Formats: sequence, structure tokens, C-alpha cells
Amino acid sequence: MLKGKAFKFEDNISTDDITPGRLFHLRSNLPELAKHVLEDVAPSFGSEVKPGDFIAAGVNFGLGSSREHAAVVLKMAGVEAILAKSVARIFFRNAINVGLPVLICDTDKINDGDELEIDLVGSTVKNLTNGTEFPIGEFPEVMLRILEEGGLIPYIKKHGDFES
Amino acid sequence: MGKTLAEKILSENSGSDAHAGDIIIARVDLAFLQDGTGPLALRQFEESGLEQVANPERVVLFLDHAAPSPSPELANDHITLRQFARKSGAQLYDVGEGVCHQVVVESHANPGEVIIGADSHTVTAGALGAFATGMGSTDVAIAIALGRTWLRVPESFKVVVSGGFAKGVYAKDLALHLIGRLGADGATYKSLEFSGEAISNMSMAGRFTLANMAVEAGAKTGLFPTDEVTRTYLESRGRGALFRALRPDPDAEYERAIAIDASSLEPTVSKPHAVDNIALARELMGTKIAQVFIGTCTNGRLDDLAVAAAILSGKRCHPKTRLLVAPASREVLREAIGAGYIQTLLEAGAVLLPPGCGPCVGVHQGVLGGGEACLSTANRNFRGRMGNPEAFIYLGSPATAAASAIAGEITDPREFI
Repeated sequence: MLKGKAFKFEDNISTDDITPGRLFHLRSNLPELAKHVLEDVAPSFGSEVKPGDFIAAGVNFGLGSSREHAAVVLKMAGVEAILAKSVARIFFRNAINVGLPVLICDTDKINDGDELEIDLVGSTVKNLTNGTEFPIGEFPEVMLRILEEGGLIPYIKKHGDFES
Repeated sequence: MGKTLAEKILSENSGSDAHAGDIIIARVDLAFLQDGTGPLALRQFEESGLEQVANPERVVLFLDHAAPSPSPELANDHITLRQFARKSGAQLYDVGEGVCHQVVVESHANPGEVIIGADSHTVTAGALGAFATGMGSTDVAIAIALGRTWLRVPESFKVVVSGGFAKGVYAKDLALHLIGRLGADGATYKSLEFSGEAISNMSMAGRFTLANMAVEAGAKTGLFPTDEVTRTYLESRGRGALFRALRPDPDAEYERAIAIDASSLEPTVSKPHAVDNIALARELMGTKIAQVFIGTCTNGRLDDLAVAAAILSGKRCHPKTRLLVAPASREVLREAIGAGYIQTLLEAGAVLLPPGCGPCVGVHQGVLGGGEACLSTANRNFRGRMGNPEAFIYLGSPATAAASAIAGEITDPREFI
């Protein structure tokens, strides 16, 4: 069971919004890069987000570049899971590969600052602030298994290969 | 039931009867990294403990995004990639060799292959009939180690482009029109499969432009059937023997069909800050442009420089507009010099940048000032993309870019052709 506060974001948050190209030189210094997470769209996000909090976004979260750093810095900043109506394909894989859950659900039922309780086993989101409860969409079995191990590197360390 | 191109390639690759929705373990025929995603991939590779590189001769590293290096941090990242190449036997293209996607199609990609690159525009090689898709650092690190990855076989959209292009209208205009129609997430997880008269008649350069931008509609890949144009291109690159005829079955099943009449298209531009935010160039006349950038994996090829040089020949850039040109590869630069295009562009006032990504990613070589607008031939105009969230990026064809450089504002190139 995950519990935390939601930070609401609009549709089409790109990986340039999360980790802009002007910070390209910080990509091998992830703690420093993480200090700037989402700063061009939400300047106070980095200082306000607490470990265990969530992002609740609209459609197509994480579109654009394949830079996995976007998923990594969100996780380093303390984000426990991304909730969105939909996510871009490469970001989806990247987030799961670094052990950051991506939960597809109706984020219209979430406002900025709402307290959420997420049941990953029962696949439901409970909005403790407004009393609504709604389901999380399913995703491929292989991604679930990677996520269960905490990401692709721990998964490969354990299994040595992809299980077919 | 017949198969789409994606289903055919992935069935053969995995030795299974693959259909949309299936999860397969695919053999990776080519895996590549660039200097923005490579260092993290190599750290993940080390962390995985696997140590081996499955097929070093099919692993390629590129120094193209920040090349030559603009900072000590990035110079150190370049050292990391060079050392890995030496140790593993992987091939490295050092600074100045060009953008990864252009070098991949010039020298590495072949029909029917599965290609995984740690860069979203890996889809470019779909123009050669390769199932090419972008992934992140960890996925590519594991693909390098194992020579395999997992893939969900995508549903396909059939994009049929009929008719012929009017003068001054190019594959880039078609790409922007299509993305405007689909929306930035309209083809998420899907394979865009192109066909029709305008596609058969399209040069490889045009096909690369169109395939390159498939990801801007969210697509996993953008695939072209192979034909005589593909064969001629591969022969010119010394890979004629690797040509294979590939086309979808006539009874393949598509999730959606999109029909476009090329002759109805006009010069098209994406407005800030989204690629699907399109307008016609003529509707944006009067929009002042401080910088024009011609280059990138979308439009930095010889054909693109030829179009720009023809428009700029004997003319000068507007005094308030700077023109930056980055050929997509060393090969393109050499041929453009031979053809006189570079001379023409320089005489018109262009600044020549080394082959590579140039200012596209906001790292260097043309970062915009606050409030400035750029007309770029690249594929993305997100807020902050070119290094400054206070700047504005418009996307268009090389012809629209060249015409706008002369006028100092967004201009319909048909006025100059």
C-alpha cells in the first residue's frame, strides 16, 4: 500500500520539461541533475516533493527524448509512482526499468495536493481527499515482473536473461 | 490472416507467428548509443554484472549530441564511451562523423533487421524496412549484453499517401501534416506503415524524414516497404547484397487507415511548443525569426542542403536573422562541398557547424536567447528544447527554412521557387 500527496501536472509533459537539454552536462551527475527536476514547468516541485509522493498527470506524460535520466531523477526526487491518463512509450519502459511504477488511471479525479492511497495488488487508487476510488489499468506481464524485481538490472541479475 | 510489415519482421526475427499484442523476445541485429544516453547505459551495463557484449560488431557508439564537447563533464563522458569501444570491440564514431541516425542508415541498417537505439529518433531506419525503435539506456545496455530484448508486437496504422507533391512541398510538410492530424500521442505504441503513390515516388531522403518523425505522433516505429529506391540506395552504400523485398500482406489487418492526398498539401509549420500544433507557412507570415537552423537527423541530408542552396543562391540572409547549417554526417558535408552547396550557403551568410546534432538538443552551438524565435528543420519544438525555456521554436522544411532566412520572418517557400 502506497500513501502520499499528489502533484498535478498538465497533458504532454515532455522529457525536456523533466530534464532539459541545457542540463545535458549534468547527466553523469544524477544527484545534481535531480535538483532541477521539472523546474521549467513547476519551479517549486523539487523543493516541495517528499519521498512517497505521486505525480498525477494528464495524457502522454514523458513524451519526447529517450533520456532515461527523466525517470531516474523523478525517482531520486522521491516520486513513488507516476499516475497518468497515458504515458509515452519510451518513458513507460524507462520508468519500469528503473523501478518507478507507472499507473494508468483517470487522473481527472485527482487535484493538486490530494492525499492518495494506492493498492498495487488490488489495482486501485483511493483519493482520501475527495473520497473517490478508481481502478488502475493493466500492463504487460513482462513489465510487472521487471517492476516486482525493482527494475531491469535487478531482474537480469536474478534471472540472467529474459524469461520467455 | 495476413501480416503487417511489423508482424512480418518480428515473426521472422523471433521464429514465431507474431501478431499484434504478442510479447516476443527479439534478436537485436544492431544496438547503438549516443553521448547523451551512452554513459548511463554503460553504468547500467557494468551494474548488471553481465560483462559480455553479445555481438560487438553490431554495437555502435556515437559522439554526436555534444560534439565537439562544450564542457569538461561532457568531455569526460566522451572518454567513457571511447574507452568502452576500445575494450569491447564496438565501433565508435567520434565527434564530427555525424548524427547517429544518419550514420546508421548510411552504413549499418538493413531491411528486415531489428534495431534498438538509445535515442527516440532510431525510428529513422524504418525507411529501409528495418524494425527500428528507440529505448532508454538500461534497455539498450541489456540488449548490448544479451543480444536480445523484449518487444510487444505493435498494432499498425496504414498511412496511404496518394498523388504527387506540389512544387515547394516536401516529405517534411507531409510529416508535420500527419502529426497534426494524428496528434502527439495519436499513434502511441503503434507502427505507422506507409504506402501509396507518393511514397513509391519518394526519395530515400524523404523517406528518412518521414520515418524519423513517426515518434512525434508517439509511434514505436515507422515502416516503409522496400523497393527499387531502397535497393539503389543500399547498392550506392555498398550493401546491395543485403537488399530484401519486404511488403505487408494484402490482407494484413490494420487498426486504422489514414489517407492523405500529397497534392493537397502546402508548406507546413509546427508552432511552439508542440509538434502537432501545425499551421500553414503562409498563415504565419510576419512572424519574426532570429535564427534559422538547417540540419539534424530529420533534414540535414544532401537533398535538404540542395533545396536550401537553390533558394539561397545569389541571395543573403536577412540582416536580423542568422542561419546555422549542420550537415547530418561527414559524408553529407563532403558531398555538399563537392556539389557547391556549402559555398552557396556560406555566400548567403550561413554559419557552418560540424556534422552532428548541432543546436537541436539545447546543449551548444546556437542556444536561443529569451524571447527569440527559431525556424528549425528539426523534429521537436518543445519548450526548452533548444536550451532556453523562454524561446520559441517553429519547425518546417529546408525550403521554408531557407526562404524564412532571406525574409527574416516565416515565409512560404513557393515565393522563392
